[in-house]
Amino acid sequence: MSRIKFTGITVAAVATALVLSACGGQSTEAGTDEDGGATGAVVADGSSTVAPLTEAAADAFRDVEPGINVTVATSGTGGGFAAFCAGETDISNASRSISDEEIATCEENGIEFTEIIMANDGLSVIVPLENDWAECLTVDQLATMWSPESEGSVTNWNQIDPSFPDVPLALFGAGTDSGTFDYFTDAVNGEEGAIRTDYSPSEDDNITIQGVTGEAGGVGFLGLSYVAENADVLRGVAIDGGAGCVEANVETVQDGTYTPLSRPLFIYVANTSYTENAAVKTFVDFYVAEAASIAEAAVFVPLTDEQIQVATDELASLAG
Amino acid sequence: MSSTITTSLGGHIRGATVRGRARGGDTSPKSILFLVALWFSLFVAFSFLIVLIVTTVIDGWPRFDLRLFTEYPAADPEEAGARPAILGSIWVIITTALLAIPLGVAAAVHMEEFADKKNWFNRIVELNIQNLAAVPSIVYGLLALAFLVLMGVQNRNIVIAGAFTLSLLILPVIIIATREALRAVPMEIRQGSLALGATELQTVMRQTLPASVPGIATGSILALSRALGEAAPLLLLGALVFVSFDPNGLLSGYTTMPIQIFNWVGRPQEGFAILASATSILLLGILLAMNALAIIIRNRYQQRW
Repeated sequence: MSRIKFTGITVAAVATALVLSACGGQSTEAGTDEDGGATGAVVADGSSTVAPLTEAAADAFRDVEPGINVTVATSGTGGGFAAFCAGETDISNASRSISDEEIATCEENGIEFTEIIMANDGLSVIVPLENDWAECLTVDQLATMWSPESEGSVTNWNQIDPSFPDVPLALFGAGTDSGTFDYFTDAVNGEEGAIRTDYSPSEDDNITIQGVTGEAGGVGFLGLSYVAENADVLRGVAIDGGAGCVEANVETVQDGTYTPLSRPLFIYVANTSYTENAAVKTFVDFYVAEAASIAEAAVFVPLTDEQIQVATDELASLAG
Repeated sequence: MSSTITTSLGGHIRGATVRGRARGGDTSPKSILFLVALWFSLFVAFSFLIVLIVTTVIDGWPRFDLRLFTEYPAADPEEAGARPAILGSIWVIITTALLAIPLGVAAAVHMEEFADKKNWFNRIVELNIQNLAAVPSIVYGLLALAFLVLMGVQNRNIVIAGAFTLSLLILPVIIIATREALRAVPMEIRQGSLALGATELQTVMRQTLPASVPGIATGSILALSRALGEAAPLLLLGALVFVSFDPNGLLSGYTTMPIQIFNWVGRPQEGFAILASATSILLLGILLAMNALAIIIRNRYQQRW
């Protein structure tokens, strides 16, 4: 490396470090602006699936407290916890519970946290109304339908179950960019991203709906909320996750019986951020209080009254 | 994107000499075949660009309106806009320019005018800079991430950290462009200046450097337009995808247009895809304008000796 460049980098580094250390506490400061409104910053990172939920919360929150800056990054659930347990963020978005190793890291760094379920995520497997044979599918049958090994070989409904008629399969679903895709492939094929490539992916769920309803043998997967909106042309298939067939609807997603295609979505709040940073407390309180409308805005299944109560109680005990 | 810009940069600098030779009267089948192959390559590259621009404009036009510039990201695509991303891009690019251009020009002047070119250390440095220009941008993201973590910097998603990363990314390009521009200044100018009693430093500051400003400006603008289109190294630093305030300083959190586009494209709602295309139109427009500016500067101010 050239001497000049090296010197330059050193200068830039020292300058950066000085500036940053001088203002390192910026994100934890809270106060009031001239108009008496609260000011401050809330830093959230984590799952890209949960990010739209926290973004919807931040969006609604801006109308109430315009002085508080809420930022959201998407390092993934794991990356989010890494930053969270290093004390770099106030809130970690997660599409799964924190793991034991992550808890250990948090403990090492003295980060105490509170887990709050903010919404429920459910996926539906959909078929057109004219499909009168597939009332219920087991997870194994779904895997036969969607696994990478089935590519090119499983092309007919009667290969899924001999009792099904001789109708060609037409597969539609979310494309690789979506959390829906990651979640479906993980739950059905046991590995995130593992899926046959001869299906029609789309980031637009309405195109998935058009595709499924356009063919007798059509089948697809998408977020639960789309099924109710299109009940006149398609229906959801009940899923047997090992304990019998369960219909996909808001209740079965909320009570967790619709497995494996439903899951809770979490946020993790750093306890010290909540108790010491008024901005974080105001935001999280708002988030929980408005959880139902926020979940709807972000197209997720809202919490049950019970879940909201649990969340409220957790916050109350945290506030002491 | 990056390779196109590097190639076009090479073209800008070397164009003058190549043009003189290529127009021969050679009509052998081989050379005609080669000419056809060249035109075909140009056609492929150009048609990709046209298709990209046309489809983006068609997709994004319905939302390429005032709301894109005035609104903040929102849960409802109809109410969302890219204001923080546009302002964030401006903050980051200006900071990057202030960090990278003086450093890059100084490095190039040292290497071209003062350093001993036979010294093994200087030759290794030179070789490294040539190679660094071709390193994928994500590697610079990793480098900057490792460095900032090492320095104990916690807020890596602030303007100065992003600008620092992008500066590393474009430094080699600026250094190479500046050196080419300096090399194009004839030795007689330097010798004349020295013969009139100017010191080496005065010669550089008053003769060589001013004469090479068009080349430096062209190279710097192209390098900055590369930095403007980058998302990968910034995402690696944990860049924010949702910012609902205007960035207001070097320590402010930020998001940029490419990151905002990346975030919106992943959304299920169609409205966000349209919004992403609308932001892409803006980004493409700015990039094409910057490249056009670079070409204008080159054509208008480049001196022929």
